[in-house]
Amino acid sequence: MNEQTLTPEQRTANLKGMGTSRKRVEDVRFTQGKGNYVDDIKMDGMLFGDFVRSPYAHARVKNIDTSAAAAVPGVVAVLTAADLEPLGLHWMPTLAGDKQMVLADGKVLFQGQEVAYVIAEDRYIAADAAELVEVDYEELPVVVDPFKALEPDAPVLREDIAGNMEGAHGPRKHNNHIFTWEQGDKDATEAVLAEADVVAEEMVYYHRTHPCPLETCGCVASMDKVTGKLTLYGTFQAPHAIRTVVSLISGLAEHNIRVISPDIGGGFGNKVGAYSGYVCSVVASIVTGKPVKWVEDRMENLMSTAFARDYWMQGKIAATKEGKITGLWCHTTADHGGFDACADPTKFPAGFMNICTGSYDIPTAYLTVDGVYTNKAPGGVAYRCSFRVTEAAYFIERMIEILAIRLNMDAAELRRINFIRADQFPYQSALGWEYDSGDYHTAWDKAMKAVGYDGLRAEQAQQLADFNAGKTRKLMGIGLTHFTEIVGAGPVKNCDILGLGMFDSCEIRIHPTGSAIARLGTISQGQGHATTFAQIIASEIGIPADDITLEEGDTDTAPYGLGTYGSRSTPVAGAATAMAGRKIRAKAQMIAAYLLEVHDDDVEFDVDRFVVTGAPERFKTMKEIAFAAYNQAIPGIEPGLEAVSYYDPPNMTYPFGAYVCVLDIDVDTGEADIRSFYALDDCGTRINPMIIEGQVHGGLTEALAIAMGQEIAYDDMGNVKTGTLMDFFWPTAWETPNYQTDWTTTPSPHHPIGAKGVGESPNVGGVPCFSNAVHDAFRSFGLTQSHMPHDHWRIWKTANGLGLHG
Amino acid sequence: MSKMHVKMTVNGKAVEALAEPRTLLIHFLREDLKITGPHIGCETSHCGACTVDLDGKSVKACTVFVAQANGAEVTTVEGLVNDDGSLGVIQEMFREHHGLQCGFCTPGMITRAHLLLQENPTPSEEDIRFGIAGNLCRCTGYQNIVKAIAASADALNAQKEAAE
Repeated sequence: MNEQTLTPEQRTANLKGMGTSRKRVEDVRFTQGKGNYVDDIKMDGMLFGDFVRSPYAHARVKNIDTSAAAAVPGVVAVLTAADLEPLGLHWMPTLAGDKQMVLADGKVLFQGQEVAYVIAEDRYIAADAAELVEVDYEELPVVVDPFKALEPDAPVLREDIAGNMEGAHGPRKHNNHIFTWEQGDKDATEAVLAEADVVAEEMVYYHRTHPCPLETCGCVASMDKVTGKLTLYGTFQAPHAIRTVVSLISGLAEHNIRVISPDIGGGFGNKVGAYSGYVCSVVASIVTGKPVKWVEDRMENLMSTAFARDYWMQGKIAATKEGKITGLWCHTTADHGGFDACADPTKFPAGFMNICTGSYDIPTAYLTVDGVYTNKAPGGVAYRCSFRVTEAAYFIERMIEILAIRLNMDAAELRRINFIRADQFPYQSALGWEYDSGDYHTAWDKAMKAVGYDGLRAEQAQQLADFNAGKTRKLMGIGLTHFTEIVGAGPVKNCDILGLGMFDSCEIRIHPTGSAIARLGTISQGQGHATTFAQIIASEIGIPADDITLEEGDTDTAPYGLGTYGSRSTPVAGAATAMAGRKIRAKAQMIAAYLLEVHDDDVEFDVDRFVVTGAPERFKTMKEIAFAAYNQAIPGIEPGLEAVSYYDPPNMTYPFGAYVCVLDIDVDTGEADIRSFYALDDCGTRINPMIIEGQVHGGLTEALAIAMGQEIAYDDMGNVKTGTLMDFFWPTAWETPNYQTDWTTTPSPHHPIGAKGVGESPNVGGVPCFSNAVHDAFRSFGLTQSHMPHDHWRIWKTANGLGLHG
Repeated sequence: MSKMHVKMTVNGKAVEALAEPRTLLIHFLREDLKITGPHIGCETSHCGACTVDLDGKSVKACTVFVAQANGAEVTTVEGLVNDDGSLGVIQEMFREHHGLQCGFCTPGMITRAHLLLQENPTPSEEDIRFGIAGNLCRCTGYQNIVKAIAASADALNAQKEAAE
């Protein structure tokens, strides 16, 4: 076989392009322990930083005595806010337009808050010395309940902005209030609610949890005093944005800052924001002239870095007696902790909570969100989520179930009659979004058929009869969810973070021998970018994916981009990759035409070559074209073959899916045994089915964790009750089920390759599905709402409250 | 703090060093020996990212003092690579079955799988799930890890049969 005789199918297969389950190129390193994570970095003379943290949730810091710590041999310095203040670095901006203490400035607002930073020659000495820092605290009244925080006589938490009633997102109505965000039509929605046949009302709480990637956050800051260049290695999901932020807050010129995200051991939103550890390490390196490493431990990670959720969502849903939904109303109380450190686009202080009309054609809706300060850790990040879409999906999927109970209807049928129809796309939602594409009925029907829905309901009825007859103590629950996501932030016209537009980028260079290197503004944290983005390029340009190197995360070499979170890599950087590929292909076409001595329009792209139209035996392969691009003088064409694309998406993408969970609940022990889980995802064009399936498995397992036990819980004193993996539920292989995955394909009409993104879908759809299954098991006993997480104790309590323990 | 003389065999090589007795084995491996395959995920023995093989037992190196490992034979994920530098069977099967994503749990997970398959060369799915319950993964949902370990068992058994 040679270039001439290979069939187009064989040539396509050789590319390992889009649609193939290409094995991951990352794995050769990772499986033999040759990853390069931030804690693997070692540099000559490197120092280690460690924090002294507040044991109190709310206290005045009256004095900090660092003398004993500073006297420990091997301790280089101990920093407090007083040391950072002359530099203007004792506070830093948050991504949400608020500001946050880097080190405690007069008071602390949550347990685990950074109070002092010890720099020492090794990590043991730093930890020893941190124990010796004496802090004199005066305890203040603690507020952990966001509703109590808004009471008139509540203690003022943020004294730095007390009395300043204009916040970053409009007026504040209380010293502990951050913002009110309003979307939709209030009057019209209230009119619909007043006239509706049926209105179901419920408080739906999505509890506080944490992304908790296996690798905690950390960095190595290295200031070269000779060149004046700062290199900052760290667990950054958005390295370019970190460079800009470091430049803005430190005053260092941006070209003198090089940010490098090495391999990242999972992010899930935890590694988007800026933390005190980064600022203190940079300062320490500038002061000492030595590299400084800071890596938090697990307890620090769970207590102080960005939490997620903590949304109290009061909902009203109106419908006709036949079940046609006519309106949706929601008021959310959002607990942000001591500082507003969400990572939402600026114009969306509650993220994309206004996707809460979900998959349904709801003509009228109204949403308000009140952000509130409490004595808890700051955050509110998008944990495996596109800016609060998880909360929105949980809310609507619970409200649908609650409405089904009110209407005495089957919840699958209620969904079916309210879905947005395929012919309604692009669909304008009542809360302001234009859904790009979808075919919900097809997905739903496929799911119902795959699980044998009617049979499941019959089986459930039999099991209920057996339960009532005393033959079993187990109840069967069938959880349903049809979710619609909104990902790929986003169009620069309405999406920015701290003023940085949310485009993304890809630069591709073809080498003379026909291999290539591509660099992107994103950064993989396990998603397999080096594998999948090469597949996009392979299909677009016709160079085998195995011949393409992918690089991300080094701001000195990669084009500027906003990073990886909110399922934005494929929708935004993936689009940039395709567009850069098309620029290269356009130039290659001109070169091929010259080489073949025909007009540009007389050659056409064919898998890995340009052929003369009508004469397929006359062609130039991309390899030949690449060599000519560099080495042959072609009139009117510059040498070289490379392109860069900065892609500003015209719209978000809207992946969707239909999930079904079946479980059995032991009413006496509160245990829930997952019998099966079916997940149909429609993420548009599928780039690597193997990786998609892996993302779904992982996202569903995080959903299992959140729905069934994982939480950041506080006691009334503001003590974190779940600060280690002993208490913070993280499912093992033993309690994790096998999942059945499935798909439909509805490409995005505005994305160059039709891809929508998938990493977060299973978490967005999985949580309501598990939770609905638990609720469904108790439906016939009158349960409408019990808050997550559904751990054994809470399920037992629910059963007990319903009188099921005799 | 005074240092002690530590001797052990790591991945088949004899090593000798001075270390504070309180040094954790994971730090000794990572900082002193620059064996950075085993990772630190929790420091409380829950996550298993630091799993190494110590005298034929899977241990979590974040809660073992180097003093306790004195004289021991230690194997890490780096020691499971074939002599010619190619991936060992389990490593290859993790790649083949997409048993990893971010890669942070992978060294501990593979090291645990390595010993599990010595303890039980023909494990059922249940055996595998129970056998790796001390190793947490945040990315994969375990389904493909279980598949990779089952496939490793088959491949290793086939190798053994072929050799006999």
